[in-house]
Amino acid sequence: MKKYNPQLNANGELHHLLSIEGLPRDILTHILNTAESFVTVAEREVKKVPLLRGKAIFNLFFENSTRTRTTFEIAAKRLSADVINLNIGSSSTSKGETLLDTVDNLSAMQADMFVVRHAQSGAAHLIAKHVAPHIHVVNAGDGRHAHPTQGLLDVFTIRRYKEDFTRLRVAIVGDILHSRVARSEIHALNVLGVPEIRVIAPKTLLPTNVEQMGVHVYHDMAQGLKDVDVVMMLRLQNERMRGALLPSAGEFFKYYGLTADKLAHARPDAIVMHPGPMNRGIEIDSGVADGRQSVILPQVTFGIAVRMAVMSILAGN
Amino acid sequence: MELPDAEQLLASLAEQLKPHVGPETALVGIRTGGAWLAERLHQTLGVTPPLGTLDISFYRDDFSQIGLHPEVEPSHIPFEVDGRDIILVDDVLYTGRTVRAAMNELFDYGRPASILLAALVDRGGRELPIAAQVVGATLPLPDSQNIQLNQTGSGRLYLSLHGIATE
Repeated sequence: MKKYNPQLNANGELHHLLSIEGLPRDILTHILNTAESFVTVAEREVKKVPLLRGKAIFNLFFENSTRTRTTFEIAAKRLSADVINLNIGSSSTSKGETLLDTVDNLSAMQADMFVVRHAQSGAAHLIAKHVAPHIHVVNAGDGRHAHPTQGLLDVFTIRRYKEDFTRLRVAIVGDILHSRVARSEIHALNVLGVPEIRVIAPKTLLPTNVEQMGVHVYHDMAQGLKDVDVVMMLRLQNERMRGALLPSAGEFFKYYGLTADKLAHARPDAIVMHPGPMNRGIEIDSGVADGRQSVILPQVTFGIAVRMAVMSILAGN
Repeated sequence: MELPDAEQLLASLAEQLKPHVGPETALVGIRTGGAWLAERLHQTLGVTPPLGTLDISFYRDDFSQIGLHPEVEPSHIPFEVDGRDIILVDDVLYTGRTVRAAMNELFDYGRPASILLAALVDRGGRELPIAAQVVGATLPLPDSQNIQLNQTGSGRLYLSLHGIATE
């Protein structure tokens, strides 16, 4: 028997996107294939399609993120939806309203979809369980748990540059412990059949039992990057460096910052990715970030197409 | 029922379209059947701009009822649409909704000078004020039947008729 998945409706179709964990490969592939068509839409004179005309999409950002919010907003607008942005950190909750009261009020304003970013893991799940059945929820990052559209846009980017997932060696580098992006990437790569996923990080920035996610652990960049096809860097959050986890930014860069020398251990045609925003000189050297192997800006462009695919598939199910 | 030979109908389409081909003419086929036909017509008619194909999934008017088509392919219009005389090719003309969607999509690429509709089979049953200027065969069919264009492995086109299961 299949495990119950709160993201799927009775027909096994995607109703909410909360996490990549537990999604079957055909749903992921459908999202990626649909995104491919939206890439070409963005190259036209009119970059919009009428799919979500008349739908109201609320961006509920309880945690700041200019880029993610903007790409969701652009994606929704290119689908012809009406978009309402709420930076809730600065309004209702500070007046004492609970999360679900906020959601109820916005539902009463005829919301069709919520895009939710929250510092608490599980916030999007909570909202998805609470809303009326016609409303869809997209997790745009919850605590340390998941950031599924980032994971999807990352595998979409890989697919654009590398033909076959089942022949790839992929390394994820940096603060795995606090990273919802890393988690979503690992799940997506696993579902799509990538045979070798490596994580490279100091012990203090790795979750315990990370091997159970099906990854190989390295603490040394030269060994970890050897012959990889894809290098996925993670953002090192400034607040981590003030705690006991890391001695200093300079020290981190010395051992784990991606420089041309370290990248030379990867395959010559390896691509370099980063979810942004980048800390140049901390996790990645400027020369690499802007270099020939970098696909960091294409990731941003593809992120819009992938979010269009997710929103249109959800709205149609 | 004896179905007409799709290859003969295609030859007839090409013959009828010849006088319409000018310096600004471009061909656009609606996926999947219309794209097969347009590809063949592109060779026969010697149209200069590369062939265009449309996948109208993002423009369908039944999205809110049936959701997104599971196999969307990118549309591909590899020429400037502004000022072109476009020959839009579809396999079966029925309700007219596909053609409406295709025209809406085309206008998001630019403003064509004209659009001419060529259909291999007009099966009647229009729900919108849309007509084809060039038709291979007119074949009125009841709603309970579905006519479909198919392609063999070697590229030969043929028509088939299917009953639609009623609930």
